[in-house]
Amino acid sequence: VTGGTLCYLYAVIDAADVPAPPLGPGVDGADVTVLTEGPLAAVLSEVPADQFGEPALRSRLEDLDWLAELARAHHRVIDRMSRVTAVAPLRMATVVVDRAAVRDLLASRRASFAEVLDRVRGRQEWGVKAYVVTDGPDETDTDSPGAGPGTAYLLRRRGQRERAQRAFAAGVERARRLHELLSQHAVDTRTYPPQDPRLSGRTEPMVLNAAYLVPAGQVDALRAEAARFDAAGLRVELTGPWAPYSFAQDSAS
Amino acid sequence: VTAEPDRYPGGATGWGEPPDPGWDGQRVALVDLLDRLLAGGVVLSGEVTISLAGVDLVHVSLRTLISSAATLLDPPRPPARLDHPQPPATPLDPP
Repeated sequence: VTGGTLCYLYAVIDAADVPAPPLGPGVDGADVTVLTEGPLAAVLSEVPADQFGEPALRSRLEDLDWLAELARAHHRVIDRMSRVTAVAPLRMATVVVDRAAVRDLLASRRASFAEVLDRVRGRQEWGVKAYVVTDGPDETDTDSPGAGPGTAYLLRRRGQRERAQRAFAAGVERARRLHELLSQHAVDTRTYPPQDPRLSGRTEPMVLNAAYLVPAGQVDALRAEAARFDAAGLRVELTGPWAPYSFAQDSAS
Repeated sequence: VTAEPDRYPGGATGWGEPPDPGWDGQRVALVDLLDRLLAGGVVLSGEVTISLAGVDLVHVSLRTLISSAATLLDPPRPPARLDHPQPPATPLDPP
C-alpha cells in the first residue's frame, strides 16, 4: 500500500443506474469511477495512500480549510450523482484499501445498502432552519411616568429582556408547530442541534434545524408550508434538494 | 442561474435537471453541509478508526470537529469558565 493508492468511497447506487462517464473529478482530482458488484455499484475515486491513509487523514482533518475542501468535493460528487439516481451516501472520509475490498464490501453489505436505496428512492432531502426574529422596537416601553432616569433605564432594560424571552418562547412554539406540519409531508425526519451563531453567521437564535425526507410529489407542499411560517416572529430558510445524507443509516446502525 | 459546466454537464449527457434557482453546490453553506456530512451517510465501521494494517477499511470519525471548527473560527475569545467559576487568580488587594 505504501506509496500506492486507496479507494475513497462516496456512495453506493443501483448497478442498473450507473451513468455514463465522465463522472467528474473526485476529492483529490482523480476521476470518479464506478465499480459494479451484483446489483450494486460503488462510486469511488483513487486517492494517494500517503495523504488518505489513517495517520495522514487524521491529522489533515484537523485543518479546517482542508476539511472544508474535502466536504465540498465529497458533496459535489454525491450531489451530482443524486440528480440522476438514488444514492446511499457514505460518511465523509470513508477510505478502503483497494477495489477488491470495495467488491467485498458491496457483497457483504448488499442487503443493508439495498434497504437504504429502497428507502430514499424517489425522495429528496430538504433542510429547514428557523430563527426567532426579535428585531423591531416595541412601543410599550416608551415611558414610565414618575420614574427617574435611572429607574426608567432599568425598567426599559427589564422590559426588553422580557419581550425577548416572550419572543423566543413564541418562536420555539411556532417552530415546533412548523416541524409538526412539515413532518406530515415527509416519510422521515431528522433534527440537528441548532447551529452555532459563529458558524451560521446569524445572530438570531436558531430554533429549528431539521432535515426531511420528502417524496418528489410532496416537495411543493413542504415548500409552501415553510413559506407560510416565514413571517412575523420567525425566519424560515429552506435548503435543498440534498442527497439523502441524513437518512442513509441502515436499520442496523 | 448558470450551471457550472463541470458540475452539471447538461441534459444531453443525462445529468438531469439543473439545480433549483439559487441552489447549487458552490453556494451550499459549509455549516449546513457539515451538519450532514459529519453526522449523516452510511457508516461502515462504527465510530472507530481502523488501521490499514489489519482491516480493509479506514473510517475517521469527524463528530468532534464541529467544536474544533467553532474554536478555529473564533480564536480571540478567552476560554469560557462557565463550568468552573473561579475567583481571580490574584487577590484584588489595593497596592
